[in-house]
Amino acid sequence: MKKTKLQTHASDIVDAMDLMELCRFCRVEQGWIVELVDHGVLDPDGPEQSDWRFYGYNIVRARKAGRLRRDLGINAAGIGMILDLMNERDRLIRQIAMHQQ
Amino acid sequence: MEFQDYYKVLGVASDADDSAIKRAYRKLAREFHPDVNPGPEAEDKFKAASEAYEVLKDPEKRTAYDDLCNAGPRSGNFQPPPGWEQGYSFSETSSSDDHAFSDFFETLFRQQQYDQGRHGMVRDQFAKINVDIEDVYHGASRDLILQVPDMDQSGRVRMQERRLAVHIPKGVQEGQHLRIKGDGAAGDVLLEVSFAPHPMYRPDGHDLHMDLPVTPWEAALGGKVAMPTPAGKVDIKIPANTRPGQKLRLKGRGLPGARSGDLYAHITIVNPPVETETGRQFFEKMAREMSFDPRKKMGVT
Repeated sequence: MKKTKLQTHASDIVDAMDLMELCRFCRVEQGWIVELVDHGVLDPDGPEQSDWRFYGYNIVRARKAGRLRRDLGINAAGIGMILDLMNERDRLIRQIAMHQQ
Repeated sequence: MEFQDYYKVLGVASDADDSAIKRAYRKLAREFHPDVNPGPEAEDKFKAASEAYEVLKDPEKRTAYDDLCNAGPRSGNFQPPPGWEQGYSFSETSSSDDHAFSDFFETLFRQQQYDQGRHGMVRDQFAKINVDIEDVYHGASRDLILQVPDMDQSGRVRMQERRLAVHIPKGVQEGQHLRIKGDGAAGDVLLEVSFAPHPMYRPDGHDLHMDLPVTPWEAALGGKVAMPTPAGKVDIKIPANTRPGQKLRLKGRGLPGARSGDLYAHITIVNPPVETETGRQFFEKMAREMSFDPRKKMGVT
């Protein structure tokens, strides 16, 4: 059977998203993202909401926050605490892995 | 299709009341939520619990499900009795992030979620892609199989496979997303980049860590040591009296990107196995002539 070679798609690195793009990406409303920023869960670049740019780990964090709210009903404050604890946990796991060599 | 035992999934009796069902679901959701518990097993358990709760929390769906349970045998190839769905009116199922539930659920409980207008709506697709660390250094092309939710005539959602090859740009970072522009009919594909675990290299932010085994004489005398890096072989100079656990930093040889990180080689000193008389004599000479007690401060002399 002939194997067809897939055409390679070019990809852009999505480095940053503005507020509207992030809302669409996370399927949440603007007010929720603003609340996450108010709680320090996300820290976008830029002074005003219209200037906000969410880079790299902020995008991943926003998506996680959206899922935690939707699936577990957690509020912004709780989500902030959970994400911080999870980062710390992952850091410790990496440290343990290094010492186990 | 396979019959789903929702009461068993949640671990409740079939006559459990609403609050018991809610409590059971919440406990499982907390424990197996994929954001807290990475890994495919947790995700499967979370999906199963969500599906079970979706049916059992809704009085109409639960009644219909209980009737199905009582209707007959539930072995492997389950078929609902004809016309069973008449007499129930199901409200809309809450959407669940692009993933279909089991065949059992989709066939029996999924209601038409999209009206005619939304059927034409172009939706972006999200997925996660596991990238090898070497790909990050050189760029690469990777084949990907996406699960695309697809709606048939009767409004049921099925997952279709979509295969495509995507270019991994050099220097992409974990947590970044790659966008593949859609061709109009399909939406964009957004891929979250995650690094596949590597037997030799451990990423930490922009830096990379690895173990570098050296012989006792290399550590003691210092000198040139060849070591692998994701970009290729490199000769490094280790200092005399290198200690075990010492970290050697190779600046700028970490993960590439806007900010390139460093590569850290963690020294481990490995003794050669003693298998010949000559080898034994070397070590016996060391024991005689090098006065060194690593346990001096432990109070056992």
